[in-house]
Amino acid sequence: MSIGNLRAASKIRVLLAKVGLDGHDRGVKVIARALRDAGMEVIYTGLRQSVRSIVLSAVQEDVDVVAVSILSGAHMTLLPRIRKGLKRYGKGDVLLTAGGIIPATDQTSLKRLGIGTLFGPGDSTQAIVRYIRNMTGMTGRRPAGEVT
Amino acid sequence: MYAGRPWTMREFSGFGLARDTNQRFRFLLDSGQTGLSVAFDLPTLMGYDSDDPKSAGEVGRGGVAIDSLEDMEELFRGIPLAKVSTSMTINAPAAIIWAMYLACAKKQRAKLRALNGTIQNDMLKEYMAQKEWIFPPKPSLRLIVDTVRFAAQYVPQWNPISISGYHIREAGSSALQELSFTLANGFTYVEEVLKTGLKIDRFAPRLSFFFNAHQNFFEEIAKFRAARRIWAKHVRCRYLARDPKSWRMRFHVQTAGCSLMAQQPENNIVRTAYEALSAVLGGTQSLHTNGYDEPLCLPAKESVQIALRTQQILAHELELTGVVDPLGGSYYVEHLTTEMERAAERYLKQIKSMGGVLKGIEENFFQREIANASYQFQKEVEGKKRIIVGVNHYTTEEELWKVPIFKIDPKGEREQKLRLKRLKKKRSSARVSRVLDQLKRKAETKENLMPYLLESVQAYATLGEICASLKEVFGEYREPASSF
Repeated sequence: MSIGNLRAASKIRVLLAKVGLDGHDRGVKVIARALRDAGMEVIYTGLRQSVRSIVLSAVQEDVDVVAVSILSGAHMTLLPRIRKGLKRYGKGDVLLTAGGIIPATDQTSLKRLGIGTLFGPGDSTQAIVRYIRNMTGMTGRRPAGEVT
Repeated sequence: MYAGRPWTMREFSGFGLARDTNQRFRFLLDSGQTGLSVAFDLPTLMGYDSDDPKSAGEVGRGGVAIDSLEDMEELFRGIPLAKVSTSMTINAPAAIIWAMYLACAKKQRAKLRALNGTIQNDMLKEYMAQKEWIFPPKPSLRLIVDTVRFAAQYVPQWNPISISGYHIREAGSSALQELSFTLANGFTYVEEVLKTGLKIDRFAPRLSFFFNAHQNFFEEIAKFRAARRIWAKHVRCRYLARDPKSWRMRFHVQTAGCSLMAQQPENNIVRTAYEALSAVLGGTQSLHTNGYDEPLCLPAKESVQIALRTQQILAHELELTGVVDPLGGSYYVEHLTTEMERAAERYLKQIKSMGGVLKGIEENFFQREIANASYQFQKEVEGKKRIIVGVNHYTTEEELWKVPIFKIDPKGEREQKLRLKRLKKKRSSARVSRVLDQLKRKAETKENLMPYLLESVQAYATLGEICASLKEVFGEYREPASSF
């Protein structure tokens, strides 16, 4: 079996998280269903998680992707903290991406900190599915027994 | 809507510190706005002070930060509260924020009887859709009933609740669900107040509503018309109100935030104008039009001005204020209204038979209905069954307009925390602990809490301290576990 096939066979595990005080959950619920319909395993944290609880869930659930929904404007404070926390707990290789109301200039600074592409209003769920597939194809964990 | 009199033009605004929002208010009043509308930041909406660790990064971001009466005084500095009408979008801590407003008015020597305005104070839709909560549903309903009763007695021109479909729609519901769930909530509040022995005609005239103006033009107008029909019928025939003022449904409308797009954002000006037109033709008493830059950031001064001008053009240039219900009698609009009314009555029956609104919230009924509708909508957009201009059709490679991004000064958070620290040094801490102890004791009884909340805020107890005290008695709400 080729490496590509092995990767396709293992399900991508995604932690979808709402961070801070933000209660807008329309988007995150749509994304959750779309990722599930695309064959991914989705764990949704529910509302108002602390940075710490998101990082711990990512470790416990051994996910490939952490996708954060944030519409409160606190992204510049909270996303870098999640990035740092993941690194501290040995999950620095996890893809961290986010969606919400995030201006382009902030996106550029967040990218520099190692945060992936950010999505916003009007972006299609299929674009998000493609992005996650591509990124985990490149950096996702290797299935057991794989020899390089 | 009244013939000859325009609706109240009210742009929802708030950001940064109280003094920043005070300046925006003065700008809007100078631009011809006729009422104020306060947006609070998330910590305030959730009952946390700015120095709470949970507030980190959120102070003054999505609205203005209010920690104590001191901030409220700053917010309305130079604005005579006896003369303006103020709407405050506040729910879980509404009774406390209202107490601050009343205390502030008293300091300005305004009479409570002269005050005009609205607090949103609608928790049922929070559990269903907007999800900014503090206490469980039962004590939340008690606080709402306390405010309704206090208003009926002491602040008779105030709307102590704005029963809101807006957020239900923004969370993804259909027009029919927005209408049905909002009415179900309205009837629930009526029944809660009636239980305390207050007669329907003593409070029903002051119950107000708040709807969304979305994009399906005629359906939206039918929704507004059906809402009035159903409300009048039930209040008159079921709750036996005699005063025609009780039968009237007065409502505020906001154009649909969720219809605004980040792609070719200038198109949002046009979307908002058409949505506003449906609200005016549907008979709204008060209107907020969104800024076109809102999918990108909080609205800048320039975009708020365009939004307000949109309303002024409707009122003055299109001359829409001379007539009430101009589409009444149109075969199509009448048909849609009747269909909407029938379907909403069916939903209301279904909610009743499942044990009412609180039961439905516990069982995730509303949350599930809304999530299903929103996923359906998204699939229609992605399958191009719905065309969204500039997003899934008529797209461009390059954005022709460069939208300036309105930024909130991140230094504000530190400044607000310092302000709070200074306040805590200045005030009498003995007085604060005395009023908070009293509040806790009263919370355990059935007494109306409003007078004790007033006393607490006048002692400069903070919002966070008051909420923490009430949590000791009421407990905290936890979202029911749900799949998505």
